[in-house]
Amino acid sequence: MAKATREAYGEALKKLAASNPDIVVLDADLSGSTKTAEFKKVSPERFFNVGIAEQNLIGTAAGLSLAGKIPFASSFAMFAAGRAFEIIRNTVAYPALNVKIAATHAGLTVGEDGGSHQAVEDISLMRTIPNMVVINPADSREAEQAVLKAAEYVGPVYIRLGRMAVEDVYTDSYVFEWGKGVLLRDGKDVSIIAMGLMVQEALKAHEILKEEGINAKVINIHTIKPIDRNLIISAAKETKAIVTAEEHSIIGGLGSAVLEVLSDEYPVPLKRVGILDTFGESGKPKDLLEKYRLTADEIVRQVKEVIKL
Amino acid sequence: MKYDELKVIANSMRKNILTMIYKAKSGHPGGSLSAVEIMVYLYYKEMKIDSPTDENRDRFVLSKGHGAPVLYAVLMEKGFISKDLIPTLRQIDSKLQGHPDMKKLPGVEASTGSLGQGLSIANGMALAFKLDKKPNRVFALLGDGEINEGMIWEAAMLASHYNLDNLTAVLDHNGLQIDGKNEDVMTIEPIDKKFEAFGWHVIKAEGHSFESLEKAFEERKTIKGKPAIIIADTIKGKGCSFMENQASWHGKAPNEGEFCKAMEEMGDIGDKTEGGGLNG
Repeated sequence: MAKATREAYGEALKKLAASNPDIVVLDADLSGSTKTAEFKKVSPERFFNVGIAEQNLIGTAAGLSLAGKIPFASSFAMFAAGRAFEIIRNTVAYPALNVKIAATHAGLTVGEDGGSHQAVEDISLMRTIPNMVVINPADSREAEQAVLKAAEYVGPVYIRLGRMAVEDVYTDSYVFEWGKGVLLRDGKDVSIIAMGLMVQEALKAHEILKEEGINAKVINIHTIKPIDRNLIISAAKETKAIVTAEEHSIIGGLGSAVLEVLSDEYPVPLKRVGILDTFGESGKPKDLLEKYRLTADEIVRQVKEVIKL
Repeated sequence: MKYDELKVIANSMRKNILTMIYKAKSGHPGGSLSAVEIMVYLYYKEMKIDSPTDENRDRFVLSKGHGAPVLYAVLMEKGFISKDLIPTLRQIDSKLQGHPDMKKLPGVEASTGSLGQGLSIANGMALAFKLDKKPNRVFALLGDGEINEGMIWEAAMLASHYNLDNLTAVLDHNGLQIDGKNEDVMTIEPIDKKFEAFGWHVIKAEGHSFESLEKAFEERKTIKGKPAIIIADTIKGKGCSFMENQASWHGKAPNEGEFCKAMEEMGDIGDKTEGGGLNG
């Protein structure tokens, strides 16, 4: 079934409204799109619209957390991580406040709104901040569990969510483990390490490669920070070559994070599939993914390159 | 507590502020000295705060975080932190960071320093107390230069939209910011009309007069259903003749001669300073 991770966010918030009286939700005039409106429907007194004011969105969330609440603050990733960066850095993360930032409409798959609205730098911005946990779920089940777990964790969390419906990676039996990467397919020739909707492409690439006699390990890194170092190092040791895949700039995102681990511990050849230091543009999400080569075919191409090295 | 007793506390705080900054060889004396009486009034007359951890305490947010020394000085007078910390301001491993760090120092309710962010924090606290139907009140001290920041006006809108009558902002209106007079850097007047237009109740006060501050805070208590701001006219560098009304004393430390002159000017009225002075 295809479902957007933001839809799962709205459903998780509804559950939290019932289960935890300390949860409050803030939005900056995008509640229908970010799905925080789902929370408002069931718990209007604990929902605060701050208007189109993302700096104040984060600052107000900080104050609510200082008075004992567990705030979830939402906007599009461009404005939540971009516009409010310095408030997140200084007011939330510096004192490690218990604020959850759930940013929707991340990446190129915002689609028609175009480059001004397509945040392809947010993971990079968020993971450079001390104390911050950074999560990018691959499908709606993972998103829902990540949101519920974030509510239990004490400290700042950034959750990256998408606009577009994405196919399921997991079944109902899936259990999200905080900070643990997930080995989805085993293989000995190469490791494909992906996040977000590129996990689906990585799985398709695995199938294509299998037909060509290449056995690819597929790993989902849903938590980019703190990153699962052990899983990445063991994949490097077993397969000796890695391709990363992300709907994010290749500067500072998942590929960079994996490279940092490998450079410290066990360097192996690595190729990055991602957005190549450029802005996006208007278009249908699927067409954009194709044009910017965020596809299974591109992963396959890079796998063939990296195993030659 | 009588005004005379408050004056003794204020004088002690001024000496401690200067001693901290003199020993640190850096810091912000001008905007710390201008806020002394406001802080004394808040912590001794207005706020309910018996301990920095009591759940029922009123909350204070120093939005103008560079005024850290005046916050540290009042926390010392209240006995919430030790005066032994005076020589450690801005030094390595100190609890007295250049700008307030709530993780390092009890009594600091929010980490601040980057201007414009404290009013939003205070709003969040006030919203939470309203949601829980708790009587706690929230106070935020803003600088006049600080209201150049757009985020202040985002927060000003929110406070009136949510009828935050448990929130009071105090503007330390000393008329100067780093590059000079407010009106030369960026016109902020008419401040009263701006806040009124944003739905606030506005009260004007003389920021170095306890009598005037008392009138202002008492008037605030009569206003229901909206946030209030007390625009307190102050003198930057108040209490130290050569610093008064000088923008150049925004962010520099006195040398030895200047420090001694300032301490002499402040005299010995019921001196409670410990750990202060040149040999402290």
